[in-house]
Amino acid sequence: MLAIETKGLVKVFGKTRAVDGVDLAVPAGTVYGLLGPNGAGKTTTVRLLATLLKPDDGVAEVFGHDVRADPDAVRALVSLTGQYASVDEDLTGTENLILLGRLLGHTGKSARARGEQLLEAFGLTDAKDRQVKNYSGGMRRRLDIAASIFATPQLLFLDEPTTGLDPRSRNQVWDIVRAVVDAGTTVLLTTQYLDEADQLASRIAVIDRGKVIAEGTKGELKASVGVGSIHVRLRDAGQRAEAQQLLTRVLDADIQLDSDPVALTACLGGHATEQAAEALAQLARAGITVDNFSLGQPSLDEVFLALTDKEQAA
Amino acid sequence: MTATIEQLEAPKPEALAAVLVAKTRPPRPSALSASITFGWRAVLKIKHVPEQLFDVTAFPIMMILMFTYLFGGALASSPTEYLQFLLPGIMVTSVVMITMYTGVAVNTDIEKGVFDRFRTLPIWRPAPMVGYILGDLLRYVLASTTIMLVGLVLGYRPAGGFTGVVLAVGVLMAFSFAFSWVWTMFGLLMRSEKSVMGVSMLVLMPLTFLSNVYVNPATMPGWLQAFVNVNPITQLVSAVRGFMSGSADAGALSWTLGYTIAFTVVFGALTMRLYNRK
Ligand SMILES: Nc1ncnc2c1ncn2[C@@H]1O[C@H](COP(=O)(O)OP(=O)(O)OP(=O)(O)O)[C@@H](O)[C@H]1O
Ligand SMILES: [Mg+2]
Repeated sequence: MLAIETKGLVKVFGKTRAVDGVDLAVPAGTVYGLLGPNGAGKTTTVRLLATLLKPDDGVAEVFGHDVRADPDAVRALVSLTGQYASVDEDLTGTENLILLGRLLGHTGKSARARGEQLLEAFGLTDAKDRQVKNYSGGMRRRLDIAASIFATPQLLFLDEPTTGLDPRSRNQVWDIVRAVVDAGTTVLLTTQYLDEADQLASRIAVIDRGKVIAEGTKGELKASVGVGSIHVRLRDAGQRAEAQQLLTRVLDADIQLDSDPVALTACLGGHATEQAAEALAQLARAGITVDNFSLGQPSLDEVFLALTDKEQAA
Repeated sequence: MTATIEQLEAPKPEALAAVLVAKTRPPRPSALSASITFGWRAVLKIKHVPEQLFDVTAFPIMMILMFTYLFGGALASSPTEYLQFLLPGIMVTSVVMITMYTGVAVNTDIEKGVFDRFRTLPIWRPAPMVGYILGDLLRYVLASTTIMLVGLVLGYRPAGGFTGVVLAVGVLMAFSFAFSWVWTMFGLLMRSEKSVMGVSMLVLMPLTFLSNVYVNPATMPGWLQAFVNVNPITQLVSAVRGFMSGSADAGALSWTLGYTIAFTVVFGALTMRLYNRK
């Protein structure tokens, strides 16, 4: 079951093609990461899916409902925590939640009751009667997300939920996201931070200048770029020069000599695991004893830089 | 203090899980209930920033004092006598002038993220706009009351009595509700608060001055009378004056109701077009 499906989604602002033919397939019940630098088109994509903007071309469906043809059906299933605070700064935390509850059809009394529960769960009870403009960034974010799950949505959009937060508040938001997904809600999360996508998302789309330039699970993304590495520790430091020669030949790559006199690191190409196996077999055949080895996956940062570079070169 | 709260309080994932279990939604609210909720939001904003009521009290008082004593001696035998003619008109002018704040409020609010949330809710689309105007009606009532009280102190005596005054204010509220849609439209159309104010002045100055608020149109040249007579403010002032003086003006009243409906339909529709496009 797909929570979101888009085909050839386009949004143009004047001369800027903010979203330029985006295809997405977001499975229900997962966190899907939309990763991209400033101006990539993340917010625009989210606003199209949340029925705040009308697409210029292409189709977008949320749980099978077309965003253009049936926006009210989509609105009944989704909620949005925008990049900029989507709470009313002049009102208090409690008032914000009651306002929202009543707009969702609760009576004043049940809106207040659920509001109190949410404030408690989000650790905002002590601040509930203060105006939101006096909240810290982390508290504001939490209230914002609390408002978004007032009616537990099927699909939650979080647009850069941790930008500008300190590490502690960021961790709190991550815990909240995990709890929300555990409860069965699908989350579409945009972020500029690779470690955030790495921590939370099960699938990631990397987006740059309005286009999806890579998509897949974290593992697939890293593998597709093929910049893994193998790290080898020898028993005998005396054999390192020999090992270096051999690996250079087998892997056809530069070998780094680590500061540790028994260790070497080699970069791997497209078929990282086969290459690594071959390298280890050759070392054994040459009588070089390997104490231990590890395969390093490229970090998402490397993936991201590699992908955006490719894009630039093309 | 903020720091200590931050340190003490953290989200509680277990409690959160319990809250998230509730998956049933109540039925969506009616158009009326959603609009009233937005009206309540406007009232809360007044509660948190009461200074904004300065505009709706000080401005009318200034208007009534200024014009009563400025023109009173010249246009009638005494300020008190002129006040009998002026008060309904100055009440209309003051209230119609402050309707423009609706546009300013829409303009400053609409770019904020909270509107994104409202627009993703499955509610009656015009509700946020109607809510503004409902909240503003409260200010109009306050302004009218202020003027009436100051007028009574200065010697105004409405022949229509209490009922006449209430009916007059009722007509004024209905018209102001309709007229506010002009400003919600400009609030959505204009880029900045300043330009909304600019346009408002451009519209309001001729409408309020080229009317029967200050003088009887009979003394004006024919071409001006032609404009003054179709000016919605003239018709509104005649209707309000009629009720307050105890002799209802049926003609002016029907004109006013016609304008009320026309403004609501035309500018309400234009506002919603712009709102949906944003
Ligand atoms: N309302 C608008 N009018 C004109 N251009 C816009 C508008 N909204 C976005 N853009 C442009 O579209 C492009 C994509 O913007 P978008 O906000 O979607 O990027 P983003 O990935 O969310 O960036 P950020 O990380 O800075 O939030 C940018 O070049 C931006 O300037
Ligand atoms: Mg953005």
